[in-house]
Amino acid sequence: MTLLNVRDLTLSFGGVKAVNAISFDIQAGEIFTIIGPNGAGKTTLFNLLSRIYRPTGGEITFDGMNITNVAAHRIAKLGIARTFQNIELFEHASVLHNLLVGRQAHVETNVLQEMLFLPSVRKRELEHRDVAERVIELLRLEHARDELIANLPYGVRKIVEIARALCTQPKLLLLDEPSSGLNPEETHDIGFWIRDIRDDLGITIALVEHDMGLVGRVSDRVMAIDQGQMVAVGRPDEVRQNPQVLSAYLGIPS
Amino acid sequence: MRRIFKTHYNQDIDLFRDGIDRNIYCGLLVILLLLPLSVGSFWLGEISYALILSITSVGLMLLTGFAGQVSIGHGAFVGIGAYANAVLLTSGLPLPLSIIGAVVISTLVGALLGYPALRLSGLYLAMATLAFTFIVEHVFVHWESMTGGFGGMSVPAGVILNYSIMEGVSFYYLCLLSAVGALLLARNILRSPTGRAFVSIRDSEVAAQSMGVNLASKKTTAFALSAGFAGLSGALLAHRIGSLAPDAFGVLLSIQLLLMVVVGGLGSLHGAIFGAIFVSMLPQIIAVFRDTLPDSLAQQPGLEPGLFGAILVAFVLFEPAGINGRWQKVKAYFAHFPMHRKATFRRQKNFTKSERFR
Ligand SMILES: Nc1ncnc2c1ncn2[C@@H]1O[C@H](COP(=O)(O)OP(=O)(O)OP(=O)(O)O)[C@@H](O)[C@H]1O
Ligand SMILES: [Mg+2]
Repeated sequence: MTLLNVRDLTLSFGGVKAVNAISFDIQAGEIFTIIGPNGAGKTTLFNLLSRIYRPTGGEITFDGMNITNVAAHRIAKLGIARTFQNIELFEHASVLHNLLVGRQAHVETNVLQEMLFLPSVRKRELEHRDVAERVIELLRLEHARDELIANLPYGVRKIVEIARALCTQPKLLLLDEPSSGLNPEETHDIGFWIRDIRDDLGITIALVEHDMGLVGRVSDRVMAIDQGQMVAVGRPDEVRQNPQVLSAYLGIPS
Repeated sequence: MRRIFKTHYNQDIDLFRDGIDRNIYCGLLVILLLLPLSVGSFWLGEISYALILSITSVGLMLLTGFAGQVSIGHGAFVGIGAYANAVLLTSGLPLPLSIIGAVVISTLVGALLGYPALRLSGLYLAMATLAFTFIVEHVFVHWESMTGGFGGMSVPAGVILNYSIMEGVSFYYLCLLSAVGALLLARNILRSPTGRAFVSIRDSEVAAQSMGVNLASKKTTAFALSAGFAGLSGALLAHRIGSLAPDAFGVLLSIQLLLMVVVGGLGSLHGAIFGAIFVSMLPQIIAVFRDTLPDSLAQQPGLEPGLFGAILVAFVLFEPAGINGRWQKVKAYFAHFPMHRKATFRRQKNFTKSERFR
């Protein structure tokens, strides 16, 4: 089953076509990796999928629904969650608080009920907490639960960001360079988490990644892009051997 | 050092962390309730003033300290609350209704201001709210049929059940009730999804959005709420000052209010209260200060705003976490004594953040 379908997606910043008529689809249950040299447009593509940017052309269909013009804050509720290349956590709040913000898409109480803290609010709070605790358990974050983000080491922050995205209970998880800034052991662990998330929770994963070892280990399919355009898509080893991909990375004209 | 043993999620949701905290706050409330027995009318009036300020302070803290939206316009909301209360009382409404009316009106104006403010942040937002202060002051001056213009407007005596609230003790209780109520409402908001959404907007708008936070609606909510709190304190303030003049609610008041939350310590309700107490004592502090200065300096007209500015700058430079931050450090010092580490609170620079997606 196709979970995400992207047709001719285009975004120009002034004259630069950061994403240029890219088309691909992601099947439910797969781990789909996007690779490409710096400035290829990978992050921009994610920003388009999570509707932070408005495309100048093309169409995005998610789970049978056209989401090309859906407001960014409604994306989480529809089932797309993401992490950020440069970690966008809520710095001055605890890990638990960050994870609970991941529940915002599922909030059903309004501010008047909350002001009076009616029993319905408490009931919902306990439910949200339950979801957050399950994610904490899955990613082994118990030790950091009440720590402020500002006091956490970089590697843990990366995990917290994934945890926060999981709290939205997504169908599709977008990970923007989950291993950047991590040491080899942590990168290795991330590989396991990614597979666990797909296998245990049944969440489809799209990730942007530079570490080719990790890409080879986790991906079902890989898409290479360069200068906003798709270069190749296929099995990891196929794409890695592709002469056009090699020339994009090494700068040799093919 | 006190360790809290948690056995249920409710402990993180409840109003108080544990029984000790509850007893401390209840004890404080009892002291405040019994205060009129032991304190003279001058100090009761001053404490009433601190309570009134703490209502605005809590509201502005929600907006600036938690949702991260700077406002130099809250003096105007206090003014709107004050005038609305006076006008409604004059038209014959009983006191509780006129106060509620004042809160509703300022809340609505707050929501209206929040709307254009959605697209602004930081310095630009500060400037827009500053402009708002001027506009509202202008309206107070020129809408003479309603506000009496420069001539001022006298506030009718407030009466509840044939009982005048103008008299010190009952006014004090009204202020105490309002302040405790405001504090409870704010605390409830902060421990529920809306409060978390505020913090998320403050720390990262793009992440907040991707987690499902509707920025427009939450920012409008924050503006409306904080304006409502300011309106309530304005309604009470009207009774304290008795006669309203437009220039009482100008830029100077707005800056004083912002000073209050910054000095108190952004991002904490304790800070809001500390700040309110500090600002309510400022006139006395300045009076003492004036006495120690040579006459030529003491009679300078700009002394007060100058001092506000100096205090603000000093706090931003030396104690950005405000009085509350200092209080936390003192508490930590004694909790860990003699093992405290100086580095615990050392400010750290963070280089991981990028401005690229802002
Ligand atoms: N907000 C923006 N305004 C203008 N140009 C932008 C913006 N964001 C990205 N770009 C440009 O779009 C192109 C693609 O950038 P993008 O961040 O998507 O690259 P990337 O593939 O994620 O690279 P990296 O591997 O370094 O993360 C670059 O040329 C970049 O300069
Ligand atoms: Mg990128």
